[in-house]
Amino acid sequence: MHGKALPYLLLMPATLFLCIFFLYPFALVAFEAVSRDGAFTLDNFRTMAGSWKFPVTVRNTLLLAAIVVPIQLVMALLMASVVSRLETGRSAALYVFAIPLGISDLAAGMIWLAIFDQSGFLNTLLSSLGVVDRPVMFLGYQSKLTIFIAVALAEIWRATAIMMVILVAGMGLIPKEYYEAAEVFGASPWQRFRRITLPLLRPSLQTAIILRVILAFEVFAVVAALGGTNLPVLMGETYNWQFTLQDRNVAAASALLILAISIGFTLFFLRVLRVPKEARI
Amino acid sequence: MNAITESPVAATADARKAGDLLLVATALLLCVWVLLPIYLLIVNALSSPDQVTAFPKRFFPSFDLGSLSFFINFAGVARALWNSVLVATLTMILAIGFGAPAGYALSRFDFPGKGAFRFLVLMTRAFPLPLLALPLAVMFIRTGLDDTAIGLALVHTTLALPFAVLIAFSLFSGIPVELEEAAWTLGCTRWQAFRKVILPLALPGIAASAVFAFTISWNEVFAAAVLTIENRTLTAFLLQSLGESPLYLKFAGGAALVVPALIFIFAVRKYLFAMWGIANR
Repeated sequence: MHGKALPYLLLMPATLFLCIFFLYPFALVAFEAVSRDGAFTLDNFRTMAGSWKFPVTVRNTLLLAAIVVPIQLVMALLMASVVSRLETGRSAALYVFAIPLGISDLAAGMIWLAIFDQSGFLNTLLSSLGVVDRPVMFLGYQSKLTIFIAVALAEIWRATAIMMVILVAGMGLIPKEYYEAAEVFGASPWQRFRRITLPLLRPSLQTAIILRVILAFEVFAVVAALGGTNLPVLMGETYNWQFTLQDRNVAAASALLILAISIGFTLFFLRVLRVPKEARI
Repeated sequence: MNAITESPVAATADARKAGDLLLVATALLLCVWVLLPIYLLIVNALSSPDQVTAFPKRFFPSFDLGSLSFFINFAGVARALWNSVLVATLTMILAIGFGAPAGYALSRFDFPGKGAFRFLVLMTRAFPLPLLALPLAVMFIRTGLDDTAIGLALVHTTLALPFAVLIAFSLFSGIPVELEEAAWTLGCTRWQAFRKVILPLALPGIAASAVFAFTISWNEVFAAAVLTIENRTLTAFLLQSLGESPLYLKFAGGAALVVPALIFIFAVRKYLFAMWGIANR
């Protein structure tokens, strides 16, 4: 009877695939990062860290994540709460909130370019309100702050949906009885949110934050569309090392740095937002 | 007397009404936040090139197809569109072909190694996967897969496969095993029972996860830009021509990326939570 072998046969294609296209390239990128022409060296990391752009790049990437992710967390919680309390139009609101989930980061960059460009909609609005007399250059090389704000807004707009969807799914798992009991004892909506929703939502919050933080370190196309090279970020610099500077060992070192930061933050949030097994619903 | 007993009730009813109003207002405001930027991009895409670069801007489209026809006739765009569709279709086939059997095995069997496989799948989420395109670029040159649709589709499949596995797992888990067993007692073989009883029930969900795999590939920018040179996808094409392309080309291209995404998300809206809800466990 082949009953015992069947699950393994079914899993084999996916497992082989992940070994060849996930584990193996991961080993390769680690090897390329610490070697040059076959010999072990840490020069690639030195070259990467020695570039004048490197400190700015790291600072931009971390700052962007530090500003964008908390705002998104609050907005996602707001969206999820609204959706779970809405009686009419619930599915319509859900669909609208989820739309950015399907939108490419490059397209999101184009969308916000339409707003922030010199001949764009924001300038039109500002000049018709009389705030400015002539269109302002928001995305020029001298206006790093407005580029940063535009990128942050585009990121918040684009990737809040992914957290919202996870949180809505998580809120659906919380038993209604808890809220009814709290209401009987006179808990206000805010108290119910703080004392019931937030603690019981912890596993979903953990997943949402981890996924979102990893995506935040991958920010690339939004920045390319809005800031060009004026706002260097880690992923963009990795791309530059590979193509403009044609040094794939340093590109690999840069990639490994992003991987290390991502894994570091994943472990951090797994620990900080740990949920004991018996506390799960 | 009557007034005294009624007033607290009336007060809570008033508070409730105000709360409902606030809820609806917040929901509408959040919908505007999501939809307005998309609308502005569409306004640009449906205006003539002159109107796109003009200032001040009109907030309504002129329904001039100048920008769009310029975009479609621009050298390389038609081919890039075709490549995007081709790569996304291949990704969809690979992800479902590998992922669905694995999801079925996870839902129906208990076997040693099950935990290890789940860990492997979940681990992919802690990595910025597009980075793995860097080492694969070298491997592809050696194996002749460089700059081919199938090569890029393989990388996109690493992004889509974990979703395909987890969605299939939750879909098959939702179909009672008794249905299958009943078919066996009526003389069906394992394969016949699967094809005639289980598959028709799972098919809509599988189709949704196929659409999701298509969307992931359609939107991916970094790996596409790293791995394709001649056979660029639409995202890679738009990214690499950011520097020199005129605004109306960018906006028309952005709209070309966004509109299919809107349809995709609409098509899978029912399954969004099955896709993300299960990611919590």
